[in-house]
Amino acid sequence: MTAADTSSEVTPRPDLVALTIDGIEVSVPKGTLIIRAAETAGVNIPRFCDHPLLDPVGACRQCLVDIPDAGNGRGFPKPQASCTMEVAPGMVVNTQVTSPVAKKAQEGMLEFLLMNHPLDCPICDKGGECPLQNQALSHGKAESRFEGVKRTFPKPINISSQILLDRERCVLCARCTRFSEQIAGDPFIALVERGALQQVGIYESEPFESYFSGNTIQICPVGALTSSIYRFRSRPFDLVSVPSIAEHDACGAAIRVDHRRGEVMRRLAGDDPEVNEEWITDRDRFAFRSARGTDRITTPLVRDGDTLRPASWPEAIDVAVAGLREAISGGAAQTARRGTDSASGRVGVLTGGRLTRENAYGYSKFARTVLNTNSIDFRSRPSSNEEAEFLAHAVAGTGLGVTNADLEQASTVLLVDFEPEDEAGTVFLRLRKANRKSGLKIWTVAPYLSRGSVKMGAGLVPTPPGAEAEVLGELPAEVELDAGSIILIGERAATVPGTLSAALGLAEQTGARLAWIPRRAGDRGAVEVGCLPGLLPGGRPVADASARVDVQAVWGSETLPGDDGLDAAGMLTAAAGGDFALVVAGVEPGDFADPDAVRTGLENASFVVSLEIRRSEVTDRADVVFPVALNEQQAGSFVNWEGREREFEAALPDKTTMNDLRVLAALADALGGDLGVRTPAAAAAEIAELDRWDGDRAAAPTSTISGSGDQDGAGDGELALATWRTMIDASRSNDGEDALLGTARRPVARVGVRTARDLGLGERVMVSTTAGQLELPLEVVPDMVNGVVWLPTNAPGFSVTENLRVLAGGTVSVNPLDSAEEEGEDK
Amino acid sequence: MSEQSVDLLTPVLTRNWGDERAWKLSNYERVGGYAALRKALKQTPDELVNLVKDAGLRGRGGAGFPTGMKWSFVPKDNPNPTYLVINADESEPGTCKDIPLMMASPHTLVEGAIISSYAIGAEHAFIYVRGEVLHVARRLQQAVREAYSAGYLGKNILGSGVNVDLVIHSGAGAYICGEETALLDSLEGLRGQPRLRPPFPAVAGLYASPTVINNVESIASVPCIVDNGKEWFSSMGTEKSKGMTIYSLSGHVKRPGQFEAPMGITLRQLLELAGGVRDGHKLKFWTPGGSSTPILTDEHLDLPLDYEGMAGAGSMLGTKALQIFDDTTSVVRTTLRWVEFYKHESCGKCTPCREGSWWLVQILLRLEAGEGVEGDIEKMLDLCDNIGGRSFCALADGAVACVTSAVRYFREEFEQAYHTPAWELFPYGRSALFASSKEGANA
Amino acid sequence: MSGSESGPQHHFASHFADSGGVDFSGDQSTNITEETREELRQIAARYPQARSALLPMLHLVQSVEGRVTPAGIEACAEILEISTAQVSGVATFYTMYKRKPMGRHHVGVCTTALCAVMGGDQILSDLQDHLGVGNDETTEDGKITLEHVECNAACDFAPVMMVNWEFMDNMTPDSARELVDKLRADEEVTSTRGATISTWRDAERVLAGFDDGRADEGPAAGPASTLGLEIAKEKGWQAPAVPAEAPADAGQEEK
Repeated sequence: MTAADTSSEVTPRPDLVALTIDGIEVSVPKGTLIIRAAETAGVNIPRFCDHPLLDPVGACRQCLVDIPDAGNGRGFPKPQASCTMEVAPGMVVNTQVTSPVAKKAQEGMLEFLLMNHPLDCPICDKGGECPLQNQALSHGKAESRFEGVKRTFPKPINISSQILLDRERCVLCARCTRFSEQIAGDPFIALVERGALQQVGIYESEPFESYFSGNTIQICPVGALTSSIYRFRSRPFDLVSVPSIAEHDACGAAIRVDHRRGEVMRRLAGDDPEVNEEWITDRDRFAFRSARGTDRITTPLVRDGDTLRPASWPEAIDVAVAGLREAISGGAAQTARRGTDSASGRVGVLTGGRLTRENAYGYSKFARTVLNTNSIDFRSRPSSNEEAEFLAHAVAGTGLGVTNADLEQASTVLLVDFEPEDEAGTVFLRLRKANRKSGLKIWTVAPYLSRGSVKMGAGLVPTPPGAEAEVLGELPAEVELDAGSIILIGERAATVPGTLSAALGLAEQTGARLAWIPRRAGDRGAVEVGCLPGLLPGGRPVADASARVDVQAVWGSETLPGDDGLDAAGMLTAAAGGDFALVVAGVEPGDFADPDAVRTGLENASFVVSLEIRRSEVTDRADVVFPVALNEQQAGSFVNWEGREREFEAALPDKTTMNDLRVLAALADALGGDLGVRTPAAAAAEIAELDRWDGDRAAAPTSTISGSGDQDGAGDGELALATWRTMIDASRSNDGEDALLGTARRPVARVGVRTARDLGLGERVMVSTTAGQLELPLEVVPDMVNGVVWLPTNAPGFSVTENLRVLAGGTVSVNPLDSAEEEGEDK
Repeated sequence: MSEQSVDLLTPVLTRNWGDERAWKLSNYERVGGYAALRKALKQTPDELVNLVKDAGLRGRGGAGFPTGMKWSFVPKDNPNPTYLVINADESEPGTCKDIPLMMASPHTLVEGAIISSYAIGAEHAFIYVRGEVLHVARRLQQAVREAYSAGYLGKNILGSGVNVDLVIHSGAGAYICGEETALLDSLEGLRGQPRLRPPFPAVAGLYASPTVINNVESIASVPCIVDNGKEWFSSMGTEKSKGMTIYSLSGHVKRPGQFEAPMGITLRQLLELAGGVRDGHKLKFWTPGGSSTPILTDEHLDLPLDYEGMAGAGSMLGTKALQIFDDTTSVVRTTLRWVEFYKHESCGKCTPCREGSWWLVQILLRLEAGEGVEGDIEKMLDLCDNIGGRSFCALADGAVACVTSAVRYFREEFEQAYHTPAWELFPYGRSALFASSKEGANA
Repeated sequence: MSGSESGPQHHFASHFADSGGVDFSGDQSTNITEETREELRQIAARYPQARSALLPMLHLVQSVEGRVTPAGIEACAEILEISTAQVSGVATFYTMYKRKPMGRHHVGVCTTALCAVMGGDQILSDLQDHLGVGNDETTEDGKITLEHVECNAACDFAPVMMVNWEFMDNMTPDSARELVDKLRADEEVTSTRGATISTWRDAERVLAGFDDGRADEGPAAGPASTLGLEIAKEKGWQAPAVPAEAPADAGQEEK
């Protein structure tokens, strides 16, 4: 931006329309609705049904204005709804400010809206932040002339386990039903009945189970929609609101955290047009209390035989230092050997998705400067070496890449191993919007069109699990990719050899841009700060000496380890051998491909330091555990999938709870080193100082296509497994949110029509491997690839990794469970 | 104008209603049916549009918009198919002309539909007929089957290369679906609530495609215009209201019924034909075109029943549904019943109509019971002011029109409602067409 | 009847406890078979876009089920690939869709202003007394569901009643009682301008677009419909003669 740009502000732009509102001349872009043009003139026209992100409807009639001149010299004889009419050059608009007609019309409308309203503001959740209440005061008459009988309904009804509807309070603006239909694509609530009896309703046996249902509460202009977890819990004027960033996926959605007396009471969507617009997922909104249980760790713990006992910080640090020092040195004095670039010690760091970028940075730096190792990996999930190479080559240090806005402008979007609705909710909403508004063509490389894909209008590139790389190599002709196209690839691509390489090749060949969308909030930040064996902060390859020198300069360290570190699998294997120590944070064994291998690694490790917020399978196997702060208790940032830094302040600043960074700094001190940073701000400053690597990028992965998952012969019930995690699943961060979990999709096994017929599958099936089995209802999907079965990865009580020990692309047996058998079992 | 030379009644659309089995294709053909179609297929669509435009045919569904002009709004460069939708949702209280037309001579409408489809370039037409008229649905469905068999519908009609498919679609009980955009939503399988305009149906109507929506009588008038020419048509009627049309007389007249006459006949003339108001009674008030048109009184007997004549009297021609009420009738009661109708039929979409009709009914119930309180009339009028012209569609305008016009002409009767029930002022049994033992006992 | 809503009402009573959806209580068995589904699909196939078929499909559901049932809603939703809430929104919008089990016959009495004044109000109240049912209620023998209906476009035959949506013109309390008595006794009843009365369910099937072969029953028009025509015939009145053909067509080209 240069100074010269300012000159454009005074030249009238041809795409602007000049009109007069209450005597004030304003210029607004063509197509602007009067109600928003008035805002630029400082006039707030009252409204209920109007919402900038929903299609105009003109239903509530609250925003009537007088238009004495429509721009053609003729006026409208009657007041017009300003929320549906676009501006015109020369138009004259008189709002309630200058027009008695408009004022009377608006007062009349409020009187109508209030006559059947229960006026129960003192017991209403919305009281104090209610557009009806506010506008009744600012634009209504003091008294109603209504003397008759009000319309009454039975008090609130549950329209899902999470959402309640009080029909008496509803003003029938239809924001909620329009949101569900237009934005989320989940029309499970609809206007029912007619006339004065019209109301929002569900179909009794198909409740309002949408991943985005909570948004309707937020946009409801009255207290008609409430959530079971917030209902009657607090008054808006007792709450302190802090903007923050949601931590349940990699979207980086803006949220608002409302707290009272040291406890978060609710979370709302923030307004960030570039990221999540005004919408968030139900998980981001409703899942925030998992750390309030009795398993929250509040003091350090040290191992005492088979048990962990509370310990003082000094004692715990002493224990940790002793254990780590041994691992770092291998029992010998290591300090002398520092600087020789020799093999790292027998210690490594495993981090997980809950970490902020600043905390992840602490681990990255701690590993290199204190533990003297490159053995660090944030991928506490199925991963591959190809993925590490892909991240180093195409993701780390690339800054802001493909953006949400780019998705709306794209010529085509190709999804690979990525289910936006389940894995990145607000990306799903953006893609659906682009498809709905401008017909964006979306293709998905998947075994079937999921409900989310259908809602995005996506086309299917039929792909059995495991065949992704092959399919990317020879896409059907109708999938036309060009320089305006975008390929979105999910983290699941890591488990299918060749897929990430093929996607890179496809991008190069077509000019399409590529973006990687991990599932967890901390993943992209972890990549950026070097929580990978081969990467230092800013996307610097460890193997590149000049990259190491860059980092050394900022860190003030003489040398950094330059050897190959171990990745997560390598570290766990080493630990299983018994002569390897681990520093672990935010890791759940169940998230890995082989949870038992993780458990064995933790159990056999020479020493385990755990930094954690709650008791877990890791803390249970640790030698020393340090409690760390919740995200709501600390400042920090996430880097979302776009590469956008999403900073947030502490919602509940708590000086007594140490965050990961602070604990690591203390450990570093005690180990005779110096982490150099002990606050998120200092870490952020150092990350900024390090900046992005501008040298040669790591080479692209060159994995070749493995044998594809050609599963045509569905013999003996052997099917290829397709699976991903649904949004509302058995993740520990959903713990305690029963109302939310009540809206989760019921676990089912899905197969195609032919597969179901070939295998004679009925209403229920048994899915099994040598490791175990799961019983599930069957859903037959019309266009699903033959020889494939889909299961949710981690539905409550149905864990694919724990129960079946298999990953996507693996083989499972699917057999009918006929009712006769079930009855037999019952007897 | 040629008014002098034209007879008082001019049966054209109604001419075969008395025929034996008039609804059968063969009988329709016997009286010249489908000749207009053959003639039309020899003309270009543009010629037909101009013919209807020049004939001066105005929409017979109430609004009186020039039919040919409506047709000409269909964009020629729109990539989507064009649709013709015929509004046969005749539900405006008092209106009863389209139903007998479709029952007696469904082929008149079918022929009109085919010609009109050809004129506007539609290959798909729909007749949206209200659901509560079973026999009309039967006759229409049969007429369509007959027309397909005869090659008047389907592919390559009469070898012309023109294709038209016609679907009879039964509604399910909702007055609002007579509003054209609500009808479109209903025809798309949605709740029949009016749509935002623009876009107008001519550009984005059914399935967001160009759509012409016309009333039954308008479309049924097309064959005779094609047959007889625009001069013939415009030789009937008045300066701006051309042609013949069906007037429906109902209520306290000796002989209620349908009268097809040139536009501009007066109520006095029609009443004379109907044998006048019931013996021993005088005309009290009447509607020119259904309950949505403001009521008029005996002052207005000599006004021409055309668009301009009625607008000049502060009312509207509407559907030419002349509901006649004699001096036994309570205006308060009648107004209440009309407003109750609008309350029942309000779709619920917009606030003033949904809530306002709820409120008005409560006030009117009080007034009917003689329990009105000082200020009720003013409050009611003010509510009408807050409803009329503020609602999403015209339904609520109709609801308040009957209230405001009733107060305009019979304010004293509403004032009496502050102390005396309507049934005491106007014993209800006296308005009935039959002697009432019950009512007598109560009185 | 007007008075019934005006009585003293408790402010905290719920007036619409049952509103909002179809009835899930009671017997949930269904008559919908694969044949019904096939017919539902046939209806959907009549339209360029299948959802247009929802209204006639719900009519068919009523003819099979005797009301709109959950099973019927679910079948429509499944075939049209829309949500059940969307179908429910439509099924509860239109007055012809019934959520309570219907009697064999639907008897409607028009009580919109004109018919009400001409005697419809009295006919309705007489019938309620005679049948012992209130509005929208079914007689104990299951023969008749009585409802007051809005203007049925037969005002020149006021007061009007409808039986299974067939016209019963120029009714009186006596003729109304006689009519319902015959219906309850399963005697043959013929519409004044329509076919012999069958059942409400049969009527619903016709409204779904399935022919019942009765189109040729009944007259072309009732006496009021042809009144003007008869008078014109009597007086020798007619529309103007058609001008010579040539100028009409030529005029067209000229423009």
